[in-house]
Amino acid sequence: MKDSTLTHGINLDALGRDSTASQLEDEQLALEVKNLNLFYGDSQALYDINMVVPQNRVTAFIGPSGCGKSTLLRCFNRMNDLVDGCRINGEITLHGDDIYSKAVNVASLRRRVGMVFQKPNPFPKSVYENVAYGLRIMGINDKRRLDEAVEKALKGAALWDEMKDRLDDNALGMSGGQQQRLVIARAIAIEPEVLLLDEPASALDPISTLKIEELIYELKENYTIIIVTHNMQQAARVSDYTAFLYMGKMIEYADTNTLFTNPNEKQTEDYITGRYG
Amino acid sequence: MRIGDWFKSGSPWIWLNAAAVSASLIMVFGLLTLILVRGMGFFWPSDVHQFQYLTKDNEKVTLIGEIWDEESVKRETLVENGFTIPENFDFVNRYLLKVGNREVYGTDFKLVVTPNILEQSEPDELVVVVRREWGNFYGYLKSVKQGDQVITSDPEKVWLAFQEHMQRALELHEEIEEIQKDDIGKINYGMETLRLKQRRYELDNEWNDENRADVEAQRAELQQRYEVLQKRLNTLNEEIARDSFTAQIQTGQEVTIPFAHVVKAYKPNQMSVFAKLGMYLSNIWEFVSEDPREANTEGGVFPAIFGTVMMVIIMAVLVTPLGVIAAVYLREYARQGPLTRTIRIAVNNLAGVPSIVYGVFGLGFFVYFLGGNLDRLFFPEALPAPTFGTPGIMWSSLTLAILTLPVVIVATEEGLSRIPRSIREGSLALGATKFETLWRTVIPMSSPAIMTGLILAVARAAGEVAPLMLVGVVKLAPSMPLDGNAPFIHLDRKFMHLGFHIYDVGFQSPNVEAARPLVYATSLLLVLVIIALNLVAIQIRNRLREKYRALES
Repeated sequence: MKDSTLTHGINLDALGRDSTASQLEDEQLALEVKNLNLFYGDSQALYDINMVVPQNRVTAFIGPSGCGKSTLLRCFNRMNDLVDGCRINGEITLHGDDIYSKAVNVASLRRRVGMVFQKPNPFPKSVYENVAYGLRIMGINDKRRLDEAVEKALKGAALWDEMKDRLDDNALGMSGGQQQRLVIARAIAIEPEVLLLDEPASALDPISTLKIEELIYELKENYTIIIVTHNMQQAARVSDYTAFLYMGKMIEYADTNTLFTNPNEKQTEDYITGRYG
Repeated sequence: MRIGDWFKSGSPWIWLNAAAVSASLIMVFGLLTLILVRGMGFFWPSDVHQFQYLTKDNEKVTLIGEIWDEESVKRETLVENGFTIPENFDFVNRYLLKVGNREVYGTDFKLVVTPNILEQSEPDELVVVVRREWGNFYGYLKSVKQGDQVITSDPEKVWLAFQEHMQRALELHEEIEEIQKDDIGKINYGMETLRLKQRRYELDNEWNDENRADVEAQRAELQQRYEVLQKRLNTLNEEIARDSFTAQIQTGQEVTIPFAHVVKAYKPNQMSVFAKLGMYLSNIWEFVSEDPREANTEGGVFPAIFGTVMMVIIMAVLVTPLGVIAAVYLREYARQGPLTRTIRIAVNNLAGVPSIVYGVFGLGFFVYFLGGNLDRLFFPEALPAPTFGTPGIMWSSLTLAILTLPVVIVATEEGLSRIPRSIREGSLALGATKFETLWRTVIPMSSPAIMTGLILAVARAAGEVAPLMLVGVVKLAPSMPLDGNAPFIHLDRKFMHLGFHIYDVGFQSPNVEAARPLVYATSLLLVLVIIALNLVAIQIRNRLREKYRALES
């Protein structure tokens, strides 16, 4: 066993592949997960997850329904705290800070780790107010600063040209694809470090899906992105690294190219070739 | 088709449902029609009849009056009562004739058996005079007097002269009312305020020369203003008492009536339909805009409308924050378990507690305990006369707020539970705390449901009478809870209420027969007030609904 299995002090045995490990060695890391176990009441949902998420890269989680990929994603901004009877042990660090330590303010953690959900969930407010929501929460009420931030966020989400004349319209009147991009704009308006996308395109038509994928590619420059997806082609198209989860265990984690062309594990191969899931 | 198939097809259920809906609608419209017909007919200036009538003592008399009611009576009953009725009748019509002139006959009404009417006519010259005392007058105008001097007794000119003098008296009366109610009322209020101020100084041991001089100066100024007004009032009273008219009543006797008592006069038998319609509308307007007269049996109900609406509005202002906060805690913060379940059941059961029980609670807790302590703490200068330690509009509103609290809580909880989880998560994921999420997103989105609760609360509170009788409603309130004297809103005052007014007029008044149409008219008004309050609330709710249209899912 070589030294490189201990990348950044994390046991990457699960990766079991030299190429990925050495590739990760060159990356700046945003998130590190050590021995993460998660329980819903008595049943365990995640087993001993170990992984790293490189900065300014897109990391995809794939796996069949119920494998725990959304659960894992929700660990990064502590959304699981809202679930009654959910217990976690292990450690997740964001740029070195333990996010489950007692000293952490959950609200400010969530400002650092933004999230976009499967179904577009804009607030029943105007487009402008939707984007400004997070800023107002932070106590920014200065009109000029808000205007600038809203414009920047909408441009960042490739929505500015469509919506610049309709900022006062109710967001619920927009199409599904526009709503999802609005929700992304809302998330990036507060400039988080990490952006979690939970099947962001699964409720959208193919053209909207394409727009979202292009957007993810652009957002990568400024944000660390983790995306959960059902769609393996999508994972292959947008991500740099891919993790395959099955039954709450991380079966394989590698750079996307390798994982899809040359999987190490039989289970991974079965899944990506469509034998189950 | 076999009967079994017919049952399976579901048609019987559809018919049953339709029947149930129809029954409900018929009941609602039947009720409304009844009070509409009975209540609105009262304002129509109906013809005045003159009868030559044979009494049961076989005496021929003349009767003048309005036919108030008509019923069919068994012949035997009347015969037993001493009437001579021809045998060819089985049933006999009997009129209830309003003959008015209470000061002469002692009662307003007379029963008239139709077969004994020898002659009936509607002479054009008959006059109805609505008066401030003794009810209506019916008769023939004879002369108009100014002081002791007869102005005219020429039948051609007397009606014109009458109207001129009546107009003058009405203007004088208006001025007198204004001075008495507004100006002198204000001075009295100022005097009372000064008395309390002095008492407060005395209690605080600050009753020194400086304060004394100050209070005395203000009092002297008020006294001076009062004397000026009193002088003016005396002149006006003399002026208004100057004129009078004489008129002949059904017995042929002539009576003299001062113009000071006249509210209005008309000759119904001469009036065209349009003139009557005009008078009808003005009667309705008087009913809703004027103060009651003669122990509430005549005049308007404006103070009662005002009291009802104000009480309901204060109730709504109190119950909304209370109910919403309780519901938010129960639904969002409290750990869901046996305890919250118990609380929820208790809240639901509160809605079923008879309202009079709330009245007793309000009297014991709010009025005596809270009000008594408030008085001791903040209004010691007025003691032993209570300020808040006595029934009043604030305690009434509070009692009804407690009464309607369950409705608001249940509706709000319902609304909160309908906000999709995704919206909450969206807000939390942006770094909002739970409170910020509730305050900025969840509660605004639940506002239509909150309004629904409020609509139900308003509907219930506006119609509630029993508890109010214990905590603040009175038969006749001397002053309104909102007026021109600072601090303008007087929450400690007693008030009038349409619901209580119905009970009072219908069952506690000295002249039940005369007041009965008023009961219907007031009921109609109460229904209309509740409908109006509800429409406003529904309008607001619909607007909110449009604004916070939930996510389509």
